[in-house]
This record gives sequence, C-alpha cells and structure tokens, in this order.
Amino acid sequence: MLGLYLHRDSAVHRLPAGAKMGGLLLLTAVVLTLPGAWGALAAMVAGAALLAAARLPPGRVLRDLRAPVVMLALLFGIQALLAGTGWQDAAIAVARFAALILLATVVTLTTRVMDMVDLFERLFGLLRPLGVNPAKMALMLALTIRFVPLLGDLVREVRMAQRARGVERNMAALFVPLLVKILTMADDLTAALEARGYDPADTGSQR
Amino acid sequence: MLSTRDLVLCALFAALLGGLGMAPPIPLGFLPVPITAQTLGVMLAGTILGARRGGLAALLFVLLVAAGLPLLAGGRGGIGVLMGPTGGFVLAWPLGAVITGWLAERFASGTSPVRLFAVSVVGGILAVYAVGIPWLALVAGLPIEKAALGTMAFLPGDLIKAGVCAFAAAAVRRAGILPLHA
Repeated sequence: MLGLYLHRDSAVHRLPAGAKMGGLLLLTAVVLTLPGAWGALAAMVAGAALLAAARLPPGRVLRDLRAPVVMLALLFGIQALLAGTGWQDAAIAVARFAALILLATVVTLTTRVMDMVDLFERLFGLLRPLGVNPAKMALMLALTIRFVPLLGDLVREVRMAQRARGVERNMAALFVPLLVKILTMADDLTAALEARGYDPADTGSQR
Repeated sequence: MLSTRDLVLCALFAALLGGLGMAPPIPLGFLPVPITAQTLGVMLAGTILGARRGGLAALLFVLLVAAGLPLLAGGRGGIGVLMGPTGGFVLAWPLGAVITGWLAERFASGTSPVRLFAVSVVGGILAVYAVGIPWLALVAGLPIEKAALGTMAFLPGDLIKAGVCAFAAAAVRRAGILPLHA
C-alpha cells in the first residue's frame, strides 16, 4: 500500500520521524500563541524553506494543498463579504492554519509511512503504564495496513454484485453482506494467527 | 484484555473505513451529492464492536491517516488534512465510535433499529459535529454559528447513514453472527 511519501535524497527526508513530528508540534504551538499573523508568516517562510531543502516538486505539493487552501479561501471570502468588519481576525486564523497545513504536508511528504508507524509504536511504549499494550497496537496497525486493500476489494466486489441485481442505490443491501463477510473473515484470520503461534497473553516484554 | 479475535476485528473495521474511502461515492438520487460511507463505518464500528473495540478501530484508522496513508475519501491523507478545516470531523471519529459503542452497549443491545438509529445519531453525528464544528470555526476563523450552519448541509446524508447503520446492525444482530460482547 503506497503512502503519500515522496522520495528525494535530502536532509529533510533523512531527519528522524520523531524530530519532524516534534518540530511540527512545537511550531504549531508557537504559531498559535504568537499574536497576529507574525507566527503564520514565519511558519510559511519556514515551510517554503523546508520544501526547497527537501527538493520536493512544487507542482505536486501545490496539488496536495489545493483542496484545503481553496476551502479556506472560500470560507474566508464568504465571511469577509457577510461580516464586513472583523475580517482581520478571520484573515489571521486562515493564514495561521494555511501555514500549519503547509508544514504538516511537508512532514507527510518527507516521512515514510513505516517510520511514522514506528514512531507511534514507540509512543505507545510510553503509554504502557496506562494499560496500553504496545505489541498489540503494533500488530493491529500492521494488520490494518495489510487489510485495507483486502477490504477495498471486498467493498468493490459486493457493490458489483448489488449492481448486477439492480440494487446499487440501496446502501443496506451493500452493508449487510459486507458485515457478514467481515465477521466471518475475522474468525478465519483469528484461527490463522493462533495457528501460527500468536499468543494474546504474551505482552512482548521478554523480547 | 484484547483477545486475538478482538485484535483482528479492530484491524478489519479500521481497514473497512479505508476500503469505504477507496470505493466511489454512492449516488442516492434524491441527494445532489453522492455520499461517502466512511462515517457510516464509524457508526458501524461503534454499534457492532462496542465502545472499546470500535474506538480502537477508529483510532487505528486516524493514526494511519496521520502516518501518511491516503485513506480518506478521494485518496486524501497526511497530517495536513487532519489539521485542515475539516480535520476535526475525522479526528472526532474515535470519540464518535466510543460514544456510539458505549450507548449501544447500554441502550441498544437488542435488534431494535429505532434504538440503534438513535445511538448512531448521538455518537456518529452529534459527537462528531461537536468536535468538527468548533475545529472548523477555529481553523477558518468563522463564527461558530456559521460553521454549524454550513455543516448542516451534511446532516441529511449523515441521517441516512445512521438509518443504514441501524438497519444493517440490526440485521447482523438478528443473524446472531456477533453479539455485542462476544
């Protein structure tokens, strides 16, 4: 399953996922606490600099950014027309989030999905005292990644079958067979995991 | 503790959310825009799996979107989308599934579609809007009542989804394939 990651040979790509996510969180806090649009401006400059440093094709990045930016612009336009006054506050909010979306997109485009998943798994490790089992979370994430194309096919298959029967507009006719298939699949997959020696009581702490 | 079966069910429902995002939107005829069924998946995770497993399934999905998999409808994904104007409506899914599941475990553990519908509306619509609307207001600098008004455009579609969820969950329960606390 392909992620949104875009490979280039750059320092930004080589930064560990934790550093990028930490930096993003930090910058988000800074941008949201700095008064006025200064934080947003700084974040935009930082985002543009990172984009250049990561050697990402600007066309592709702009395409990824188009939907949220168009939506923000539309919302802002409507508001400026309706409200008249008070549009400055809205402009600041829009600028701030446009900048943060740019930074977040840079992080997503330069970090492999598996590196992010590894980062999540380390974070789950920190939550162990709260009763979170990092080994189980890791297994579930891996299973989900494997199952997404499977379920995509399943949804398509059931929809084709319903179209053949002329009931493609009937959502209930889609979901009942879909759910029955998923629940029976769960039995088979559980048996398959256990047959391969998976033990849910194993906390993974010995390894 | 989560059994092997629980792990598999959580992963399957998380993947179902992704699979629903990949499928082309369903035309309903009387609504102008075709609707995507991902929020229906959230309601189903809650009603069928219950609060704990349903919430976990939605959480797994949101984590993988944040990790950069293009799992949202239209092949979107990444942290940028989650931080965007409509990000709150996705970030709220784990909460929505937990609330749907919690209510379903208490008030809709039978096969009554009416109860299942009510539970799906509260968890899958109200709870999700309760996070999504303030988020939209914050990101777009909108007054909250305008954000709420704009969101109402999605209400008819979401109500239909709650209805489908109620019908489908009731049918699955009647078939006895998976009781709520299996």
